[in-house]
Amino acid sequence: MTIDLNYLILSAIIAAAAGLIGCFALMKKMTLASDAFGHIALPGLGLAILFKINPILGGAAALLIGAFLIWLIENKTKISSEAIIGVIFSASLAIGSLITPEEHLIEALFGGFQEINTLELAIAAGISLAIIAFILRNKEKLVISLISQDLAVTSGIDIKKLNLYFILFFGLTVILGLRYSGALLMGSLIIVPAAAAKYISRSLKTMLSSAVAISVLSTLSGLLIASRFDLTVGPIIVIIASIIFFIGLLFKPED
Amino acid sequence: MADILEVKNLSISFGKIKILSGLSFSVKEGSSLAVIGPNGAGKTLLFKALIKAEAYSGEVKWKPGVKIGYIPQKLDLERDLPVTAFELLSAKAKIAGLGLRKVEEAIELVDLSLADSKQPIGNLSGGQFQRTLIAFALIGDPNVLLFDEPTAGVDAPGQNKIYELINRLKKEKNLTVLLISHDLSLVYEYADEVLCLNREKMCFGEPRKVLEPHALEELYGSPQKYHIHDDHRS
Repeated sequence: MTIDLNYLILSAIIAAAAGLIGCFALMKKMTLASDAFGHIALPGLGLAILFKINPILGGAAALLIGAFLIWLIENKTKISSEAIIGVIFSASLAIGSLITPEEHLIEALFGGFQEINTLELAIAAGISLAIIAFILRNKEKLVISLISQDLAVTSGIDIKKLNLYFILFFGLTVILGLRYSGALLMGSLIIVPAAAAKYISRSLKTMLSSAVAISVLSTLSGLLIASRFDLTVGPIIVIIASIIFFIGLLFKPED
Repeated sequence: MADILEVKNLSISFGKIKILSGLSFSVKEGSSLAVIGPNGAGKTLLFKALIKAEAYSGEVKWKPGVKIGYIPQKLDLERDLPVTAFELLSAKAKIAGLGLRKVEEAIELVDLSLADSKQPIGNLSGGQFQRTLIAFALIGDPNVLLFDEPTAGVDAPGQNKIYELINRLKKEKNLTVLLISHDLSLVYEYADEVLCLNREKMCFGEPRKVLEPHALEELYGSPQKYHIHDDHRS
């Protein structure tokens, strides 16, 4: 199997977006969410496969609805986002596994939609760049609101709006990841590079840049190794990122 | 002097439970108000209503153009958060459209060293972190500072330093200061007026006039020990 250069470039951009948004997801303690979001995409993937439309579009629609529901319930009730995400994700997983044809379920969970057309490539690149731009433009607001909501309010930050945008962009990142890692493994691509970066970093700047580096490195090397040895891409990428995480444990900077 | 804040008939409820009811008071520009009361009295909630971070009924009227700096109660932070104090302060400056110069100024004002400000916030001592939060509040040149227990999590010598710092900033910048405190002797020393709060207004006025032993007993439900530092007041 050979890999298209455009596909490699796109994967690198998606990986950078995942690394960046993963940093804030990790610090906001949304580790469960990234995994769960992959599952929320499932009913959409299943329906799209049934109706023979682009599965990514189906997954995207399911995720955006899911993300909006989570934000809405979180705002209307005092239930923690973790609990809401937990409920919506289990329901989605149940619905998804019922309606996704069995032969496609594994593919949806573990990745494998390899064919990619130019339009899709352009859309995916555009979305990734939008995610990257969102994080870079809002990192100040995000960091203040994760340290204290009250400090955010007195700094003139609209927390509700910021949270909605964050959860939507987070959902978009998961959708993009479905291209190569599948619903089940996307969460790891968001969290593992960020976790590795957090451990070795002493400033936000270092954390963001090393998460991007680790994510891009694992993705590109994962793609090359998987194509060389004809393996499933998603797991290879996550394994490489995890290895980098464990190597990072050996190199904690001194306080 | 004119009022900078007027609160009228402020109430806050969670469902059917009323936490604060019918609270009215005003604060004069340039003065300092201490809010005291037992745990669960609604002190922090009152501050959150004042910064519009909590829904309330009634009226909270700030003088037009007022800028508020808020120093929250001890934050429960992850120790390993890779965010430096300098980054946190710069974030506020950037949002406010201010340059890094303002960050350096604020750091200098609170006597934090530049080297300490480059540390991750989880590595800072209680006192250093409190200074960082005060610097954070100072960015954007506020005319009002709200302190929710400014010395929680700070050791005893550090506490006095924080109070001295608050007092110095108040004078230098002609700030209005509202603070929640458990330390009655410091309230006597630093506050022009005191608001006793236990879900409603129990007393309001100059500390030495309203803080009678029986008023405190009524407020806290038990007799209070405190010392009046007469030597500090002329």
